[in-house]
Amino acid sequence: MSRLLQVDQLAVGIGAVHIVDGVSFHIDAGETYSLLGESGCGKSMTALSLMRLLPDGGRIAAGSVSLDGENILALPESAMRRVRGGGMAMIFQEPMLALNPVIKVGEQIAEVLGLHQGLRGQQMTDAARALLDAVGVPDAARRLDGYPFELSGGLRQRVMIAMALAGQPKLLIADEPTTALDVTMQAQVLDVLRTLRAERRMGMLLITHDLGVVAENADRVGVMYAGELVEEGARANFFATPQHPYSRMLFDALPRPGDGGRLTTIPGQVPRLDTTLQGCRFAPRCPFAIARCRLESPQWQTINGQQVRCHLAGSLPPRAAHVAGAQTISAPVTQALLQVDGLKVYFPIRRGLIQRTVGFVRAVDDVSLSIPAGRTLALVGESGCGKTTVGKALLRLIEPTAGSVALEGETLGAHNVPTLRRQMQMVFQDPFSSLNPRMRVADILLEGMDALRIGVASARRDAVAQLLRQVGLPDDAGGRYPHAFSGGQRQRIAIARALAVAPRLLICDEPTSALDVSVQAQILNLLKDLQDQLGLAYLFITHNLAVVDYLAHAVAVMYLGRIVEHGSAADVLGTPRHPYTQALVSAVPRIEPHSGQRIIRLAGDQPSPLNPPAGCHFHPRCPHASKVCRQTYPGQTDLGDGHWVRCHWVATQV
Amino acid sequence: MSTIFMDIQPVILWTDGLIFALLAGVLVLGMFVVIGLLDSLHYREKLADSPADKPQYSIEVLSVFDALVGTLRTRHEKTYSAPLAMHLYAKEFVERDGTTVRDYPRLQFGGAHLRDAAERRPDLVRRSAIGLAQGLAAGLLLLGVLAAWQARQAKLSLGEWLTRWGEGRLGWPGRTLVCMATLLLMLAGVLAQLAAGYHVFGTDKVGQDVLYITLKSIRTGLVIGTLTTLVTLPLAISLGIAAGYFRGWVDDVIQYVYTVLNSIPGVLLIAAAVLIVQGYIESNPELFDNAAARADVRLLALCLIMGMTSWTGLARLLRGEALKLSTLDYVDAARAFGVSHTRILSRHIFPNVFHLVLIAIVLDFSGLVLAEAVLSYVGVGVDPSMHSWGNMINGARLELAREPTVWWQLGAAFTFMFTLVLAANLFADGVRDAFDPRREAGR
Repeated sequence: MSRLLQVDQLAVGIGAVHIVDGVSFHIDAGETYSLLGESGCGKSMTALSLMRLLPDGGRIAAGSVSLDGENILALPESAMRRVRGGGMAMIFQEPMLALNPVIKVGEQIAEVLGLHQGLRGQQMTDAARALLDAVGVPDAARRLDGYPFELSGGLRQRVMIAMALAGQPKLLIADEPTTALDVTMQAQVLDVLRTLRAERRMGMLLITHDLGVVAENADRVGVMYAGELVEEGARANFFATPQHPYSRMLFDALPRPGDGGRLTTIPGQVPRLDTTLQGCRFAPRCPFAIARCRLESPQWQTINGQQVRCHLAGSLPPRAAHVAGAQTISAPVTQALLQVDGLKVYFPIRRGLIQRTVGFVRAVDDVSLSIPAGRTLALVGESGCGKTTVGKALLRLIEPTAGSVALEGETLGAHNVPTLRRQMQMVFQDPFSSLNPRMRVADILLEGMDALRIGVASARRDAVAQLLRQVGLPDDAGGRYPHAFSGGQRQRIAIARALAVAPRLLICDEPTSALDVSVQAQILNLLKDLQDQLGLAYLFITHNLAVVDYLAHAVAVMYLGRIVEHGSAADVLGTPRHPYTQALVSAVPRIEPHSGQRIIRLAGDQPSPLNPPAGCHFHPRCPHASKVCRQTYPGQTDLGDGHWVRCHWVATQV
Repeated sequence: MSTIFMDIQPVILWTDGLIFALLAGVLVLGMFVVIGLLDSLHYREKLADSPADKPQYSIEVLSVFDALVGTLRTRHEKTYSAPLAMHLYAKEFVERDGTTVRDYPRLQFGGAHLRDAAERRPDLVRRSAIGLAQGLAAGLLLLGVLAAWQARQAKLSLGEWLTRWGEGRLGWPGRTLVCMATLLLMLAGVLAQLAAGYHVFGTDKVGQDVLYITLKSIRTGLVIGTLTTLVTLPLAISLGIAAGYFRGWVDDVIQYVYTVLNSIPGVLLIAAAVLIVQGYIESNPELFDNAAARADVRLLALCLIMGMTSWTGLARLLRGEALKLSTLDYVDAARAFGVSHTRILSRHIFPNVFHLVLIAIVLDFSGLVLAEAVLSYVGVGVDPSMHSWGNMINGARLELAREPTVWWQLGAAFTFMFTLVLAANLFADGVRDAFDPRREAGR
């Protein structure tokens, strides 16, 4: 294989801070090299410095980068424009922001084609269409004339890939290309990238924090920590025997199916790079660290083909074999704590001068749920399927259109909202927008108690200290403002705020999706502890099936406003019956080698809830769709043990 | 001495420049405010020949400022004279040695102490030098007082504090502050010295000192700027935030109101309102016992009507911001606790738009000062008898066409207005930086 990209001792600084420090790696043609690490480790900065697109104030302090033998860092800016797009191209994380919303898709691709291949007129249009075909955009000819807003996230990301390919680059840099996408979309996009790389023999630099994505795509893996590469090796070796303690802990922090035990967490945070760092940068968080680690920065060592920077490499204790801990079987399920029947949330669509209602967006259409005390129900589905709306409607943050919500047998309505709010609280997805930046933490925690008049005012201060201890924050946290805390700590504050009114049920809306794996593990542990101590019930809204596997007792799968499959977590995720659930489960990238299970790829996107397809909502994407699916919505098919599905195909099998 | 300057090269960094500009803005603004405040303490003098048991007061309303500037107010010439001149601007028939000649007559007060024109220049230089020296002395005195006070506070010896001050290690820009204040004091000293013997900015058509009029206009500018902003704020904040937070029909109604208000030409609305007030004043003369009160009511009316028409911009800005904020999770979290709307608005929404309000206040302020000038020029501004920059410009309008041009009235109004607006804008820049949350995060 020919050496495509060679990076030597690259150092990038912003001001006096070295955010990338002495990174060396290489990528061969047709190879995928994956950079792995938590946020703030310098992965994206490495990629941007390869393109020489560093943000203001950033500069390459040392090192060399050569692409195909040509030293990139020595090129003048004018020559660099040929390299960008032509030599290497980049795909960004957020497809919603990477396309210009006022220029047609075709023109955006054509711009690159004209610039790097000098194509004009019909030739250019043909080339653009061919590119869209290549990345699997259906109906490419029509899409060329469309604007980006007409495309879904997955399609936009493919258009981005098509644009990146238009310059016929030798190296494709993909910076978290699928983080913003749903699993089914992620699977499609990664498929496209894999095929293209093989067809065009491109090199690919894949930046991600998702071990599953790495496992399915990378040839070689580099692990970055605090601006340095700490481990490098071929994928198979790396996944079999990760050598660096950091890599090992990343693996252990992943939630695993049916594991009732605690997750390994990495204590502390990535160190701030503007402080002087001595010795191994991971030492402060490393459970194996010895005195030498704190004094002396480790050099590269090679252990059966893997490069690792750790003094203790090779002498670490072997990783404990992962035992699927027996799920602690809780007390027999008694009466349901929360009983939801026929919940509907319709948003009226108004048109015209007098705002006449012309139709409804059926965001939630006839959803029934029940959660026993102390158990967790996971609500799973792609974004836009209405799962967050269910959570908000339960709390009456959005007024439900129809349906009844009963808490311990008491039906809740507009008349007893305060009762409802003492019993149910919510934890939000984004810990940065869920805390008011201009309120102290103590005031944030007091707000709920004050509003619902819980306890006497004088006792509330003590309650705040108690809450902070409960979620593992220091006692003095109450006096500080949210910006003094990291993402994980903020999510703890948000949990403490919800707990302040001593609810019986927490609605967790993707509480870990904005967090790094190691922090996610901390939060999941905390949620589990709280459930054991306080007997909380959770409605866990998520799209991350691994988290569901780990935490949930029961699972409800939602598609376009309706629940299509419901059952215990083991049943639904182990033996999914609905074709949609099957596709979801199989689309999750796994770090274990595939057990020969065929991966089901879903065609197309989730339709708009504005006008859902007739019959079964899923039939346009379903591989088993028949005539009856197009006409009538399937009824509930019981499979025993509380496991039920809405699917004609399954009904015929039973 | 010179070797010291050869050994060093002065370096002005960007941030240095900004601090200088900001402090200059603060100081100049402060000086304007002081003059405006002094000019806002009004009184009427008791007439000298009125009986003691039934005192009668002069119809003229004076202020503390008038008392302080002393004769500057009363030294009227016959008509126009150029800045620092000792003769009138136009030739007249004057009696000299028994014969009548056509010449530039001497001024009654400006340069009256001089015997002939040759003495004017040395006298100007002498007075300027004295003024500079006095300003410098006042600056040093300021530094001395500041040093004595600060050294006591920080429990340092005077020398040590001065060394720290000299090296700029105080933790606050003390050096810059004292230097700027000294510069301003020196400028004030020169003005005061010159004004004692001359008309520094010349005289206007009826012979009034232009410097005096300009200084009197400061109050008008400040009153218009601040009062109007005070009228604007409650409207803009309450309506803007309510529209963004409640949405639905509340938003619709508020939007219709400000769209309608915006589509009426502002000048037309203001002219109509001012004319109505004028009519009311004229038909009810018994309510206002002197000219100053009448002019004042008109000023108040102008402030109110300008406030009513200029809240829309800020309201629209706040509506957008409140729309954005009300979708954030922390507002949802508060609603999930059943926190009341007023509490959400006051604790979650308002503190997070406050920086916008603050910036808008200061920016609006300078806009309003300029608007007054424009309106007075059009004739719907403040009362013609009231001193204001707008009236000055209006008065200078016709004389600009005259040959040779009478430029000093316009020039003086322009200089003061420019200085006030520039100072306010610099101050606004500083305020914006201080309240920008992004900067907070960087710190």
